[in-house]
Amino acid sequence: MSATWQHRLAERGVDRRLWLLLPATIFVLLLFVYPFLYGLSLSFQPTQGGGVLANYDKFFGDAYQRDTIATTLKIALPAALLNVLAAVPIAFRLRGRFRGKRLLTTILVVPITLGTVLTAQGLLNYLGPTGWLNRVLLSLHIVDNPIRLTNNYWGVFFSLVITGFPFAFLLVLSYLSGIDPTLERAAATLGASRAQRFRRITLPLLAPGLATTFLLTFVLAFSVFPSAVLVGNPAGSTRVISLAAYQAAYEQYDYSYASAIAMVMGAVELVVVAIVLVWRSRLYTGSTGGKG
Amino acid sequence: MSRKFGPVRATPLGWVIWAVVVFFFVNLAGVVLSVLVSSFGKKWFDTWFPSGFTTQWYGDAWREFTLFHVIVVTLLVSALVVVLSVLVGAPAAYVLARKNFPGKRLVYLTFLLPILMPPITYGIPLATVLYKFGFAGHLSGVVLANLVPSVPFVILTMTPFIEQVDPRIEDAARMLGAGTRAVFLKILAPLLVPGLLASAILVLVRTVGMFELTFLTAGPDSQTLVVALYYSMSAAGIRAQQSVDAMAVIYTAMMLVLLVVALRFVNPTQLVARVKEEPSE
Repeated sequence: MSATWQHRLAERGVDRRLWLLLPATIFVLLLFVYPFLYGLSLSFQPTQGGGVLANYDKFFGDAYQRDTIATTLKIALPAALLNVLAAVPIAFRLRGRFRGKRLLTTILVVPITLGTVLTAQGLLNYLGPTGWLNRVLLSLHIVDNPIRLTNNYWGVFFSLVITGFPFAFLLVLSYLSGIDPTLERAAATLGASRAQRFRRITLPLLAPGLATTFLLTFVLAFSVFPSAVLVGNPAGSTRVISLAAYQAAYEQYDYSYASAIAMVMGAVELVVVAIVLVWRSRLYTGSTGGKG
Repeated sequence: MSRKFGPVRATPLGWVIWAVVVFFFVNLAGVVLSVLVSSFGKKWFDTWFPSGFTTQWYGDAWREFTLFHVIVVTLLVSALVVVLSVLVGAPAAYVLARKNFPGKRLVYLTFLLPILMPPITYGIPLATVLYKFGFAGHLSGVVLANLVPSVPFVILTMTPFIEQVDPRIEDAARMLGAGTRAVFLKILAPLLVPGLLASAILVLVRTVGMFELTFLTAGPDSQTLVVALYYSMSAAGIRAQQSVDAMAVIYTAMMLVLLVVALRFVNPTQLVARVKEEPSE
């Protein structure tokens, strides 16, 4: 009896080899799912008493805290969008083979290794009031006084572009090289102009990949933390939500409140992800590439 | 590509694009060089270049920030994370690449989530749990926290490599009497060396660069280089700016070495993220 039972399960793909999945599953349950649920339940048990939703009331009732959501989105969405949109034309010019392609892609990867901290330090040096950029602008008489680009919104924005653009570029380039070039040639044979070929052939095939790239860059930008502190204005215009969560946990030692903020952060991020994914699912995803 | 349609034409749009790329690189070079020059500079106020050059800041940074200890910790954490995540992740990647079973999509999604979530979101609850059980503040806590995105990452990078290995090779080995162990050690492991190397190196690069999770779980003795760098920078004013710059240069040099090694084994697009489509049923 048991032999046929095993046989039936095996037909559905359940056999001994599934045990190999066990370590990873236990690991994900213990270190990801359990902490997440623990944080979720902790967020409903406010340290200072009050109702179940007291932490969330506190967060949304306090404009200083509530505004961190808008602040974060105001930094992360434009930065992610710019990174993706700038990557498209550049990747478009760089696809295919040419001399020095490997060198160029390598140079583009380098900013990924800089990390947020060196980028922050470099931006402070380079864009600061006595930095090289202001010196050049001043000596060319483009500006009369040093322009302020650090310790405010722009500092964080530039830091996100420097770390996020190479990332977006590499992804877009790999999606673009996955599109079958014969399709475009066929369109050219049928008399489509360059603009038409791009708009009617390449772009629709690339769009799902662009959505994925946008998502991954957005996730990176959304959790901006070190640069918001180091090159931003962490008390004001760049007080992002991850900073609010960090302060609650490590400055006020209110883990319950910190977990609530982390949950809000996760929820906001997942809403954006869901919107993009829904939009993406309406796009064509065929076998000709652009798969994300 | 355009080669097939004839030579690249210098369209106005093309020039604009190249100008933007050059502009980006010039400024990027400015950002990087300003740190490099400053780390070797003597005094640098309100001039184009420092008044003289010296290497004293490297010595200062080395002593003040106990960099030797920090680098040892960084390497130890990264090595442990790499070994553990490959040991845990590779078998799971094998199952996900080879088999269909009920609930596969759910399992796959659960493995994807830690990569899609910002580290701070799950990092704070995770750190709370790790503090509760006494792991955080020590090396073990840092390693455990860093495993969370690393194991899924190994799974995602390994799956395509495993899919490339012909299942008939395994079947043949089984026919000839090899047990599961033998199939893994003698057949799969040698064939998967490139995939194992690729995912190990990618995890190494990501762990050395991982700020948030290490920051949330590290104690004074278990800081990695990025976290130590962040602390030294946010405490700026107490210490000379240049020794922070020197430390940043050491960090970047270390990352660059890793990157050059990594690029010998992997495609640059894999460095960033490789989120594959869910496997088709």
